[in-house]
Amino acid sequence: MSAEIETWVDEHGDALYSYALSRLRNPASAEDVVQETFLAALRSQDRYTGKSSPRTWLIGILKHKIVDLIRKESREQSAEEIENMVEPEELFFDRKGHWRIKPVDWQVHPGKILEQKEFMAVLLQCLEHLPDRLHRLFVLRELEDMGSEEICKDLEITSTNLWVMLYRARMRLRGCLTENWFGGEPC
Amino acid sequence: MLTCKEVSKLVSESLEHPLPFRQRMGVRLHLMMCSMCRAYQKQTLLLRAAMRTYARHEPSEPLSEQARQRIKNALKTDGK
Ligand SMILES: [Zn+2]
Repeated sequence: MSAEIETWVDEHGDALYSYALSRLRNPASAEDVVQETFLAALRSQDRYTGKSSPRTWLIGILKHKIVDLIRKESREQSAEEIENMVEPEELFFDRKGHWRIKPVDWQVHPGKILEQKEFMAVLLQCLEHLPDRLHRLFVLRELEDMGSEEICKDLEITSTNLWVMLYRARMRLRGCLTENWFGGEPC
Repeated sequence: MLTCKEVSKLVSESLEHPLPFRQRMGVRLHLMMCSMCRAYQKQTLLLRAAMRTYARHEPSEPLSEQARQRIKNALKTDGK
């Protein structure tokens, strides 16, 4: 039976790895969770009923492994990392709360921009530059589509804290996109 | 009257939970009068849509041959 799982490594390895890499950013971590996923699949293959495709089943296991790892990393992060973070609201607003760097109209229609590979490539670059802590929360919320409550419970943070972090992630990403894709006013 | 900074925060928050009535009205009023915050709101919504698309995007990064072999070996050891 392990021979079948082995062929799955060839058939689904790339898909699982891409999925993991887009959530974890780090190739070594992505390879690790993919390996854990196949091992878990091997151990629990009697529970695979064949109702869903192997890929769907494997991705389901992988999602759990990714969230587990993110939870672990978020517990282990150093206090230093939190303290050293520049808050984007200080960059984008003056002391009176007026825009210091004005958001430009991107002049795009959502339906059209998303077909553009270049836009997605810039978005990926911008995601690369998010600080770890913001990236982890943003991935759980926007890629894994976890609800706020679930994330708060999982990572043991308050909802106010989560909302501020997501806000900062969004502020940074839209600033980065403006700069690198839309060629807005230089910061 | 809410400042642009406050509005930007509330616009992001409104993606997480329904805002209380007073805040919702405050944001709506501000957005009617402020084209910069309207542009910001548009960007924020576009960002969410883009992330949704990215979440479903097709695989593009291949697993390295080394990793593939390592995983197969681990499966062999574990399967015994
Ligand atoms: Zn404004």
